[in-house]
Amino acid sequence: MSGLLENTSTRAIGADIGRVDGPAKVTGTATYAFEHQLNAPAYLHPIQATVVRGRVREFDTRDAEAVPGVLTVLTHDNAARLADIGDAELAVLQSDEVAHRGQVIGAVLAETPEAARQAVRLVRVHYEERSHDVRFSAARTDLYTPGEAEDDEQGDLAGAMASAPVTVDHTYTTPMEHNNPMEPHSTIAVWEDAGLTLYESTQGVHSVRSTMAELFGLDPERVRVIAPHVGGGFGSKGPLHPPVVLAALAARLLPGRPVKLALTRQQMFDLVGYRSPTIQRVRLAAEPDGRLTGIGIDVTAQTARFKEFLEQAGKPTEVMYAAPNRRITHRLAALDVAPPTWMRAPGECPGMFGPEVAMDELAVACGVDPVELRVRNEPGTEPASGRPFSSRNLVACLREGARRFGWQDRDPEPRRRMEDGWLVGTGVAASTYPTGQMPGSVAAVRFEDGHYHVRIGAADIGTGAWTVLTQIAADALGVPVTAVRLRIGDSSLPSASLAGGSTGTVSWGSTIVAAAQAFRERHGTAPADGAEARAGLPDNPNRERYAMHAFGAQFAEVRVHADTGEVRVPRLLGVFAAGRIVNPRTARSQFIGGMTMGLSMALHEDSVVDPRFGCVVNHDLAEYHIAANADVVDLQAHWIDEADPYVNPLGAKGIGEIGIVGTAAAIVNAAYHATGVRVRELPMTLEHFLA
Amino acid sequence: MNPFDYRRAEDAAGAVATVAADPRAMFLGGGTNLVDHLKLGIVDPDLLVDVTRLLPDGVEPLPDGGVRIGAGMRNSDLAADPLIRRRYPVLSQALLSGASGQLRNAATTGGNLLQRTRCVYFQDVTMACNKRRPGSGCSAFGGYTRYHAILGASEHCIATHPSDMAVALSALDATVVVQGTDGERRVAMTELHRLPGDAPERDTVLRHGDLITAVELPDLPFAARSRYRKVRDRASYAFALVSVAAAVDLSDGVIREARIALGGVAHKPWRATRAEAELRGARPTEETLRAAAEAELAEARPVEGNEFKPTLARNTLVATLRDLVEEERTR
Amino acid sequence: MRVSFEVNGHEVTADNVWPGESLLYVLRERLGLPGSKNACEQGECGSCTVYLDGVTVCSCLVAAGQAQGRAVRTVEGLAESGDLAERRLSPVQEAFVEAGAVQCGFCTPGLLVQTDDLIERTVGQGGGVPDEAEIREHLAGNLCRCTGYEKIIDAVRLAAERTAAQRDGGGPA
Repeated sequence: MSGLLENTSTRAIGADIGRVDGPAKVTGTATYAFEHQLNAPAYLHPIQATVVRGRVREFDTRDAEAVPGVLTVLTHDNAARLADIGDAELAVLQSDEVAHRGQVIGAVLAETPEAARQAVRLVRVHYEERSHDVRFSAARTDLYTPGEAEDDEQGDLAGAMASAPVTVDHTYTTPMEHNNPMEPHSTIAVWEDAGLTLYESTQGVHSVRSTMAELFGLDPERVRVIAPHVGGGFGSKGPLHPPVVLAALAARLLPGRPVKLALTRQQMFDLVGYRSPTIQRVRLAAEPDGRLTGIGIDVTAQTARFKEFLEQAGKPTEVMYAAPNRRITHRLAALDVAPPTWMRAPGECPGMFGPEVAMDELAVACGVDPVELRVRNEPGTEPASGRPFSSRNLVACLREGARRFGWQDRDPEPRRRMEDGWLVGTGVAASTYPTGQMPGSVAAVRFEDGHYHVRIGAADIGTGAWTVLTQIAADALGVPVTAVRLRIGDSSLPSASLAGGSTGTVSWGSTIVAAAQAFRERHGTAPADGAEARAGLPDNPNRERYAMHAFGAQFAEVRVHADTGEVRVPRLLGVFAAGRIVNPRTARSQFIGGMTMGLSMALHEDSVVDPRFGCVVNHDLAEYHIAANADVVDLQAHWIDEADPYVNPLGAKGIGEIGIVGTAAAIVNAAYHATGVRVRELPMTLEHFLA
Repeated sequence: MNPFDYRRAEDAAGAVATVAADPRAMFLGGGTNLVDHLKLGIVDPDLLVDVTRLLPDGVEPLPDGGVRIGAGMRNSDLAADPLIRRRYPVLSQALLSGASGQLRNAATTGGNLLQRTRCVYFQDVTMACNKRRPGSGCSAFGGYTRYHAILGASEHCIATHPSDMAVALSALDATVVVQGTDGERRVAMTELHRLPGDAPERDTVLRHGDLITAVELPDLPFAARSRYRKVRDRASYAFALVSVAAAVDLSDGVIREARIALGGVAHKPWRATRAEAELRGARPTEETLRAAAEAELAEARPVEGNEFKPTLARNTLVATLRDLVEEERTR
Repeated sequence: MRVSFEVNGHEVTADNVWPGESLLYVLRERLGLPGSKNACEQGECGSCTVYLDGVTVCSCLVAAGQAQGRAVRTVEGLAESGDLAERRLSPVQEAFVEAGAVQCGFCTPGLLVQTDDLIERTVGQGGGVPDEAEIREHLAGNLCRCTGYEKIIDAVRLAAERTAAQRDGGGPA
């Protein structure tokens, strides 16, 4: 497996190359979904349910239809029937049922967005309302074990807890959070005789194509999805959500005319998923020196009653630390809410909060340095599976981070440092994220006009795919990057897997490597004009043999104001071991961006559900805080050289998500060190420290 | 939003007459609050009268030693004004702690005073709100109350006023100059905003058609060492959980006068008269500062979800006074 | 209503404008200038920042009628004038690409305009390169979900330093 790139002199991979799409983005000429210039568009505004559960008895649309510029009102009465594809979230306008507040129950199409919006306000909806239940709690009696996550038990955790000299047994919680990419989910749908064209903000044009084709009963070749630039996603633009279906339904009523739909920020809180809140009971059993004899996590998460989604927060406990006794369970509360979805590092991000704070509590209980505690519990093989790691450099990250951060002089005693009225402390936590690979990608290489045209339907949601895939193609072909012309973001290109699970670069990149090899094998180094080859993503048999994960260590300095409890994070430092880094500039951005989102999670992010209304009430960027410029002060990301011959031909691990994993725990641990107050719930707002 | 007419007014009297004559007409200033409300459906005017170009937009000294601020002056210009920075730093600091550079460039002095609450239930037209739809009920009770009032609220409304600038103006004993259909009148800043009582739909004592044309500050020498302390959930760009505007006149180790107002705690900028009374003539020990803060907050009534605010307000007030006293001592 | 104003040095007119439309909407949907982004529509993210008569504002909160007769400058007007395809990037634009301050790019246009304004108000007025606190304060109203802001700060500093060097040395930065 190693050395697929050995025959080429690696010049582009690892080079600090500026973003290929940079000039277009800084001049305002990069085209996002809503910005494709099409003739005479109509505008769509959704009608959303104002009850939590029930059914629509009647729409009174007379006033709405009288608004000048209104073209049509779309409801379940006049919407096209869709195929049942087993995804209730996408059965848009297929019945009069209301399953959550904010659900799309109709839409208005108009000549201007303002007319559409006004008309929506004038639609009167009569409901048959039923009682609802959106209260998330681990004490519910109707929790159930989801099929995809049976209880995972090794040894006897209860026994280990009963006999261990030192134990930690606490409950930690993380709130509902919303992805909130800066670009709202947007679609332009055009329905013509030839088929359906979608300009879509998505993490995967081909998955949109196949799902929409299935829903609308179209041959996939008749659906085209275009997404050259996407303004962030963080998971919410991975799976499909109702708006794109709604836009296509509307376009079908208006053949030939582009229908434009951009969600408002408020609608983003109802319609495109979120990270489930979690309640995590974490148990650690240990010897006095901190060596674990048992580790357990019991996760409770929520799902929509009509569509199951599991936040697999127990997953990292399968990977992190050695212990003979282990227990990992997941329970779901099915509520009358919108379905949760992926949000940056689903599973790992919340799932490394409780356990990594618990490890800090154990370090305090044993009087062992928290870096040393983690080193002592380093496993030889992946604890839950017994498989060897393809590479694991957590200890190297911890040591390197400790050195860079200046950890060695730390006085472990809490509440010892006060500077200008601020209590100061430091903390650490570990990070991990699996190195996945998604099947199904195909790449084509064609030589024409002196350039190598590389085509694959990948998506760049800001990660740098335009740039790093160009670099990978250049090295795989043994040519300078200037000889490569990359095309991505269009379903008319060869099929590509989703930008998700930190698998984009490695899946598409490995596919491009295979296509380049096929090209050279067939056409040699002096190809004729028009020479072409394509290849799919090859199987990697090592994936069965090895456990593949990236690791990292995060260090935080936190200040808590002695009077007001305000929390600041003047310093965050992460060190990651994630295989070969394809482009240091875009990689650093990914790590730092992830860590900042982790900081944001630690201090701010909290989608507040009002149980009476059944929806998020702080549903805009004024009330749902994400980290702003002043929240970040000194934030550094580093990585260690890691050669992994097994993961893929590139030797690279995905890096889009690991940066957010562990950050919040490091910050909470640092706040404990600063104040002596142990916070076990997020966000860590100031009232925790008020006295 | 419903279609409406837009008109640019040429003079204040004409603007006032136009708006006063039409119950569904509104003045448009910088637009930072009103344009948002139009889109959210919170207001539904049939006419907007743009007054941004007819209002005075500078700071001028007054013969009595005070200053007069034009109601059309941009928040960013007012914050940067050398006279304001030197003589009333609390006002400059309050302005700079509010919103963002872009919003301060658009927002006007008059408009800032008249901005409406950020209560999430007020902002969502699908939920009951006595301020938006009188008599429909207050959804904030039993709901999300982090930014809500602990002082002077009523069973009909627990919303807070979001302005930072208004808190500073309240502490400074400002006067608001209002043009109405029957001419000009003056309203004390502390009297401009109302407590909700049983009519939370009325934020201020102004009548429909009244136009704020200026704000006047009295001569207050000790305000030259005043400060604004804002505590919020984000390091910048967030509304106040609690804020304190304060100025202290200290001589011979005794507090002669104090001017204090709190933000984020009430339906109006909360002038802390009880704390001021406690401090007058007192020596500024930690105990007296704390006693003053506790006197002010004795009647604080938090609701479920903002129980932490009385403690936060007390601590912030004490810390702000302590810093001011310290600054005075080391001067 | 009809609204006429100047955009990036050119007189433009939009007809049949609803008075309630925002300047942002007019720019994006009526004038074919989608560079300024709509990400929150409430002035809470800064993605729609443009110059209005020389000061930066959130164009989503400017009613179209308020733009009448005024001068607007958008991200599309930051690059040096000339043939659209061959325009040279401005120092701010160049620095953002170079420093790696761009990811998904949706917050970028607003940040560029606000940064341009900061440099104009400091270096451009004969002052020094703004320090980190000044930069963070000036950009406080521009939210970014991707980059973690660090590289944006680097880019602003880089652009300011180059602009200062150009001013002081006279040569190209």
